[in-house]
Amino acid sequence: MQTASFRTSAKCLLALLALAGVVGGAMGLAGPPWAEAQAKPAELKIGIVSFLSGPATVFGVPSKNAAEWLIEKYNREGGIGGVKIRPVYADEAGGAEKQVAEFRRLVLDEKVDLVIGYISSADCLAVAPVAEELRKLTVLFDCGTNRIFEDSKYKYVFRTKAHQVLDSVAAAKYVLSVKPNVKTIAGINQDYAWGRDSWESFRRAMLKLKPDVQVVAELWPKLLAGEYSAEISRLLVAKPDVIHSSFWNGDIIGLVKQGAPRGLFSQSLVVLTAGEHMLQDVGKDMPEGVVIGARGDHWFLHNANDPLHKEFVDGYRARYGRYPIYPSYHMYQAVAGVKAAYEKAMKAAGGAWPSLDQAIKAFEGIEYRVPPGRTMTIRGDHNGIEPAIMGLTKHDPKYPFAILDRMMVFPAAEVNPPLGVKSNDWIDSWKK
Amino acid sequence: MTVAVVILLDGVLYAAVLFLVAAGLTLVYGVMRILNIAHGSLYALGAYAGTSLVLVYLKTGGPAPLMYLALLAGAVVAGAIAGPLVERLLLRPIYGREEVVQLLVTYSLFLILEDVMKLLWGVDPYYVAKPYAFLGTVTIAGVRYAWYQLLLIAVALATGVLVSLAIRGTRLGRMIVAVTADREISATLGINVGRVYTLAFTAGAILAGLGGALVAPLISVAPGISVEAIVLAFAVVVIGGLGSLEGAALGALIVGITRAAAVQLFPEIELATVYLIMVAVLLFRPRGLFGEWETRRI
Repeated sequence: MQTASFRTSAKCLLALLALAGVVGGAMGLAGPPWAEAQAKPAELKIGIVSFLSGPATVFGVPSKNAAEWLIEKYNREGGIGGVKIRPVYADEAGGAEKQVAEFRRLVLDEKVDLVIGYISSADCLAVAPVAEELRKLTVLFDCGTNRIFEDSKYKYVFRTKAHQVLDSVAAAKYVLSVKPNVKTIAGINQDYAWGRDSWESFRRAMLKLKPDVQVVAELWPKLLAGEYSAEISRLLVAKPDVIHSSFWNGDIIGLVKQGAPRGLFSQSLVVLTAGEHMLQDVGKDMPEGVVIGARGDHWFLHNANDPLHKEFVDGYRARYGRYPIYPSYHMYQAVAGVKAAYEKAMKAAGGAWPSLDQAIKAFEGIEYRVPPGRTMTIRGDHNGIEPAIMGLTKHDPKYPFAILDRMMVFPAAEVNPPLGVKSNDWIDSWKK
Repeated sequence: MTVAVVILLDGVLYAAVLFLVAAGLTLVYGVMRILNIAHGSLYALGAYAGTSLVLVYLKTGGPAPLMYLALLAGAVVAGAIAGPLVERLLLRPIYGREEVVQLLVTYSLFLILEDVMKLLWGVDPYYVAKPYAFLGTVTIAGVRYAWYQLLLIAVALATGVLVSLAIRGTRLGRMIVAVTADREISATLGINVGRVYTLAFTAGAILAGLGGALVAPLISVAPGISVEAIVLAFAVVVIGGLGSLEGAALGALIVGITRAAAVQLFPEIELATVYLIMVAVLLFRPRGLFGEWETRRI
């Protein structure tokens, strides 16, 4: 009798549990946040897009290296809440239209859970609306345009770094601190969005901070032109006190190689806002006293003793034979951001695997640790802000390439516009 | 005055670089009637080979001036290996086929060579600046120039003169002219047309490689340099007239000087100048400045 009644109550209990499961599941679909949590997936599949062919490979491969290194480290340490990360790498070459198709392929065919990607601003601008349409969490890791979140609002798109205004504003402030009596400036920038926007912000900031400054030359060579004899002659004729260039890639190396023997770098104070990434390539030929920016505070000797930074620099160097460059740091910020957001969301959901909406909610306003041992903040507009460093090149017998001397760190609040204010309006609003 | 001198000098300097790349392209087209999209890749191959050889040589610690020989040797070896291979394996089957087929084949070759170079040299940029800086500088009209740039003018001039002398004055040159004029009759006269093609293509490949190797000390040798080279080389030979060496020289001078003038006077339109000239020339002379009018063959 007793046993029978026990069996009956056990059956009742099981039935209740099953019912609770069904109701819980249905409510999960309906959407109250407390019931949204899902079963842990076998893995978190991340599409990772960067240039693996073409001239921007010099950025794409160091980014991919950083992703590879960091994901392996996270997986060794148990992944994200026990879920392993599986990267699917894709090539960013081919232009914006191809990237839109590639994004759809990653989402629809590869069925990735999210996408981290894009070095080119054009690709970021093209992919973001598609990410919204497909409702796929997408983390932009390296592109610099300030237009993306200033001109549109996105739910599913984040950028785990600051936009180009940071480099230009930090450069202007640094120039005025090392050369306060500057009278004339000139710019040599690549003739496309990045070059045009960077020069515009730098020029605006300089004129605001020192209104008597004169612009004596604005040069616009083609992206990837490589040969700058005529431009260098023009700058040698114009003799500006300060030359600004946001060149990157082989172009910046060409400018240094051709300009240094001709005295360009001794005649004027040259500012290379993306210069950090080529120092290891140019080696001992790099002239001293050139202002170098690092698209943030990404410099392997900055805060070098911080354990998180040291682990990254040493690990990266041991594996790839070079020091990480700023695109590697940007990738770190993206992968670490995803992990931090998921973990924050899991914590909020009481340890259960978060839904997409929960992950997105956790991502907004998140703060997490990144090299060189600082807090990375993603603001409510889905854009990251970072501090910036600037320094002057100087040779040191300990390194086969120039390192940064007289380094200044600009806190994030000094070089990023306040939330909701457009970059140019922000610069224009400065009080002298 | 200063500005005029600077424009002229910068223009000629740039023209020298352009001519070295365009000469091989126009030679190959003149002889074989093949528009070689992969010409830029042969240029990149020369740049990589020359740079690597200089880097190896500099490590041995030999006398510095000999590095220029290493640079040239790299270009010649690259062209002499790649030229015959490409011509025999890929181009031979497509002579006389429609232009679309030729374009597709040479375009595929371009893609293949890009990946071959990535396999051989990786994606990190190759860097050698010593050949450029080593010769020192000279001040002309108040502006400092590297002697290496002036050397490039001399090399381009010598290349142009030597190639045209070789075509006019040697037996092989005359065979090339004959094959250019009429392939079938040349064959009936006992000229080994296949061999002439191989030699002409190899010469074009070596010229491309030479251009790449000589420009390498100015630029960063990295994936993607071939595209830039081929686009400008096309503009130059189209302006000058496809297949004409004199045309390539004139085209290079026009493009070089106009660009230098644009940089000094209206930098806003620098990018457009090359193509504006191209459009202007093609409007009035659709076959380019030195292009010959082809009579229709029956």
